[in-house]
Amino acid sequence: MSAAPILEVRGLSKRFRGLQAVDGVSFSVPKGSIVALIGPNGAGKTTTFNLIAGAIRPDSGSVLLDGADVTGLRPDQACHAGIGRTFQLVKPFGALSVLQNVMVGALHATGNMREAREASWAILERLGLAERAETPAKSLTLPERKRLETARALATRPKILLLDEVMAGLRPTEIDQMVRAFADLTRETGISILLTEHVMRAVMALSHHIVVLHHGQKICEGAPEQVSRDPQVLECYLGHAPAGA
Amino acid sequence: MRGAGPVALSPRTALALAGFVAIMVVLPFIANDYIVSVLVVVLFSAYFGQSWNIITGFTGQLSLGHALYVGLGAYTSAALFVHFDLSPWLGMPAGMAVAAIAGSLIAALSFRFRVGGVYFALLTIAFSEFVRILFDHFKWVGATEGLFLPVANLAHDDPLHLRGSPTMFYYFLLALTLGVLGLSHLLLNRRVGYYWQAIREDEEAAQALGIDVFRCKVMAMALSAALTALGGGFLAFYDNNLYPDTAFSLGRSIEIITAPIIGGLGTLFGPILGAFLLTSLGETMTNLTSGWEIAGLKQWFYGAALLLIVALLPSGIWPWLRRVIGLEESGR
Repeated sequence: MSAAPILEVRGLSKRFRGLQAVDGVSFSVPKGSIVALIGPNGAGKTTTFNLIAGAIRPDSGSVLLDGADVTGLRPDQACHAGIGRTFQLVKPFGALSVLQNVMVGALHATGNMREAREASWAILERLGLAERAETPAKSLTLPERKRLETARALATRPKILLLDEVMAGLRPTEIDQMVRAFADLTRETGISILLTEHVMRAVMALSHHIVVLHHGQKICEGAPEQVSRDPQVLECYLGHAPAGA
Repeated sequence: MRGAGPVALSPRTALALAGFVAIMVVLPFIANDYIVSVLVVVLFSAYFGQSWNIITGFTGQLSLGHALYVGLGAYTSAALFVHFDLSPWLGMPAGMAVAAIAGSLIAALSFRFRVGGVYFALLTIAFSEFVRILFDHFKWVGATEGLFLPVANLAHDDPLHLRGSPTMFYYFLLALTLGVLGLSHLLLNRRVGYYWQAIREDEEAAQALGIDVFRCKVMAMALSAALTALGGGFLAFYDNNLYPDTAFSLGRSIEIITAPIIGGLGTLFGPILGAFLLTSLGETMTNLTSGWEIAGLKQWFYGAALLLIVALLPSGIWPWLRRVIGLEESGR
């Protein structure tokens, strides 16, 4: 944890009507590391993502990317600053082919069509989508669409990649494949990743650091083995369940 | 496939396109005056449809007021010609500029305040109607009395002043139609075309990928309006008379969108195919029903045929036909 943070979130808060969705959350993502943001449903993970990526503005708090303040930027400006994000509810460009989907992202990094096409092919190969390149995105399966989300975001050449439950619905062997792909990605390109995931198998295998949210607040953070033994975390995940539940 | 850029056409598609162009070039030599005049209507319809296709088919923003840009292009070039004897070759670019500015303003106003979907469509109608009423009182261009161009001397064509036979207009419109076909193909295979289609498919995802959605939409509208206005300029010099009620009519706006929808929204060749089908369908219905003295019979048949096409091929005829005859293109 000695590396300088690529992303720093300070006291981020967002209130929707009566609900305090995110409540003074602070954490940081060191350069080149993989940090997981976990918590039960409704903990504020996706809202935190939206606040970082500019989809919604925070009520208070700030977001720093590589030391620069990126709080409240528009989504396209956040992308320009170096934040690549995926959507939990996938948003493929249905009528475009898988390759064209990724090229839309790649064209953010280069105006040259040939370069964009080659970069997109490399990303599709890395994420195991190459054989689907010419398929219209609307005919992909859900796990494939999730991978396409990742491929597209990656193509914008972000400094940090925000992955919102991209492994949901994958089979265990596919999860292991994705885990390997992401581990290789950070090792080879030095990209940093912030992810939310319900698949604990992936979280434990990938993350260098875990931040746990509950009711919009950070209740714990630390190394995976540390977090998995934290009594507060166990309580919010398992609850005060009656015996036998 | 990997190395081949989509800008290059396959031999089969190139051959089909060359065949189409060859037939279109030769047609006036073998067809009679009536057929040529119908083909001029087809090409106007195809050209306007293609221009509208840029904002609605490629970018996904439904404009129902494109008669506005036809009218602005027509009136600008015609008025400059009538009052200042300015060549239409200067007047039409002026009309394009006027339309581009009008389109950008309408788009900017709508998209800045996040007006989209049907509300954007309503706004485009409102602006078109607003300008129509404005022109009803615009004395300099004849108001409701209309604006007239001096009648052409048909003895020989004068392309420099756009005075001449339907055949001359036929070739100009053919060039325009093929020009926009090429332009659309080129743009769809460039960054801007990818961005437009991404916006059409999912605006939020497009924005997350760094696309300045507002700027891209305004650009598409400006280009679409300018191209439409260029066609409007030719229309003014072809018809020789302009009235606000016809130039800016809502009916024209609807006519403009029908051919691309029937042919295949967002495709490259759909608007051209749709224009051929609809115009020839309309002409056939007119001829078929001319012996009958039943009011509205033509419209009834026309409507039934449209209904049938839309019900059977909701994404248009071209996407289906293209698969049948094995051609590819860069539109959807």
